Amino acid sequence: MKIIVAIKQVPERDAHLAPEGKWIDESDLNFTINEPDAYALEEALQLKDKNGGEVIALCAGPERVTSTLREALAKGADRAIHIVADDLGSRDTLALAQLLAEAIRPESPDLILTGLQSDDLGLGQTGVVLAEVLGIPHATIIMQVEVAGGGLRVKRELEDGWFQHVEMPLPALLTIQSGGNKLRYATLMGIKKAKTKPTATVEASAAPAASAIELTRVYLPEKQKRTQMITGSPAEIAAQLVEKLQTEVRVL
Amino acid sequence: MSGVLVVVEQRGGSLGRTSLEALAAGQQLAKQLGAECSAAVVGDAAAAGELSSKAVAKVYTVEHALLAQYTADGYVAALEQLVKQAAPAYVVFPHTYQVRDFAPALATRFGQVLISDVVAIHDGPSFVRQLFQGKLNADYRPSGAGPCFVSIQAGSFRADALEAGSGATVESFAPAIDAAQIRTKPSEPFREAAQTIDLSAAPVIVSVGRGIREQENVALVQALADALGAELAASRPICDAGWLPMERQVGSSGQTVSPKLYLAVGISGAIQHLVGMKGSKTVIAINKDENAPIFEVADYGVVGDLFEVVPALTEAIQAAKH
Repeated sequence: MKIIVAIKQVPERDAHLAPEGKWIDESDLNFTINEPDAYALEEALQLKDKNGGEVIALCAGPERVTSTLREALAKGADRAIHIVADDLGSRDTLALAQLLAEAIRPESPDLILTGLQSDDLGLGQTGVVLAEVLGIPHATIIMQVEVAGGGLRVKRELEDGWFQHVEMPLPALLTIQSGGNKLRYATLMGIKKAKTKPTATVEASAAPAASAIELTRVYLPEKQKRTQMITGSPAEIAAQLVEKLQTEVRVL
Repeated sequence: MSGVLVVVEQRGGSLGRTSLEALAAGQQLAKQLGAECSAAVVGDAAAAGELSSKAVAKVYTVEHALLAQYTADGYVAALEQLVKQAAPAYVVFPHTYQVRDFAPALATRFGQVLISDVVAIHDGPSFVRQLFQGKLNADYRPSGAGPCFVSIQAGSFRADALEAGSGATVESFAPAIDAAQIRTKPSEPFREAAQTIDLSAAPVIVSVGRGIREQENVALVQALADALGAELAASRPICDAGWLPMERQVGSSGQTVSPKLYLAVGISGAIQHLVGMKGSKTVIAINKDENAPIFEVADYGVVGDLFEVVPALTEAIQAAKH
């Protein structure tokens, strides 16, 4: 089975974010793989471990994303495709999906996996839009994938602890939920091997002149509640909180 | 192209809270636009009565044998036809797992992009959604020619703000769908083992998140929960890692709680977690990052090292009880 994993590089989760106009100041940020995409990669590697085949890591972005692709190769992906694009911020989800689709079509994969959403924009729809652009079936928020009878049987997460199995033919696209598997670490041998694995570089086609939606401003959210901050030494903080628990919250 | 069409979700013939909230958002948007708000329900017409009692211009019941069970293919095919006929300027959904599964593809059919997980609508209209797990907000404007597709985050609009109406017209809409268009075969939804812990009934909850770093450190928070006589809960990453069972998870994929006290330890407050606990009466948050979104919903906040604050608090509570 030939599997393409579409991954995104995002700022690290504990990064300090400074809004700046229509985006954030990226100058001092460290970037890493989008966590749900790490689970998509893990699922692809496990499918390959079980059924054989090939895993290709695909990522669009500026030069810095090659570090994330190298990490995917070190974890066990066979090769990588880097769509070189410095203007992702000016492409909406549809334009981005079209960009990914252009790189995917010549590969004719059996399966495309991606995380259910990104840690930065969190729109949660690149996978579904990509499937629609490619004209293949999809399923979202997937916990488990089994190859069954020439197609797939997947376990979808629903709300409130409910699940559902869905059968579908290949080729197909799945968006993977975090936590379905345990993430593997790159081994020393894997890191060594990654250096010899091929990364194809694809130049991004020009961004469409018009987009369907436009991000006009990024800013710090206003507080929904007036938060009373408790400060002091740990013992002082504890004493103040106990007082609140006794007199205000009344649970002691 | 004008007006607002709210596509609601129903289960067993009744509308869920998130659908009523989406309808409230749709009514607000229609008012801002000076336009009409209509509603549509897919699959089963049973909820049409409830819908027509709200202040809506029209209720569409989208009915077809192939819509009896949800599939993305069936819903996209049916709603594409309805949106073309009704020609709304805005299509509004509740931001449910089901909507996340089909609405982006529906928007793609129109060359549009869904503005997902919207928390507020300002004049313009401009739609507010959260970035970076709730750490930042962003304003989005539709700039395309087609209808604008929007999904509404749970708990962002008030269902009790819904305006009542006087029996809107119910119109049946029969889309043309071919069985061959439906490529996936879903089976009946199921629950894993029966849930034995009902967090929704707990008056006091102590909840732990990523900030705890290691499994062995969970004991620190357990000790605090024990001192308070509280149930121990967690955000998703803790349950994903297997440090606590899934049934102790609070958030969109876990349980929704509204205790008297929710004490969040090392939880940054991603949207998916906040929707599960923002109904709590009092929230205390302990986190090392002063910009963590959990502080937006906290009544009392402690910016500090949980490994120092939690043991001190446990000790102080034990002392206070004697």
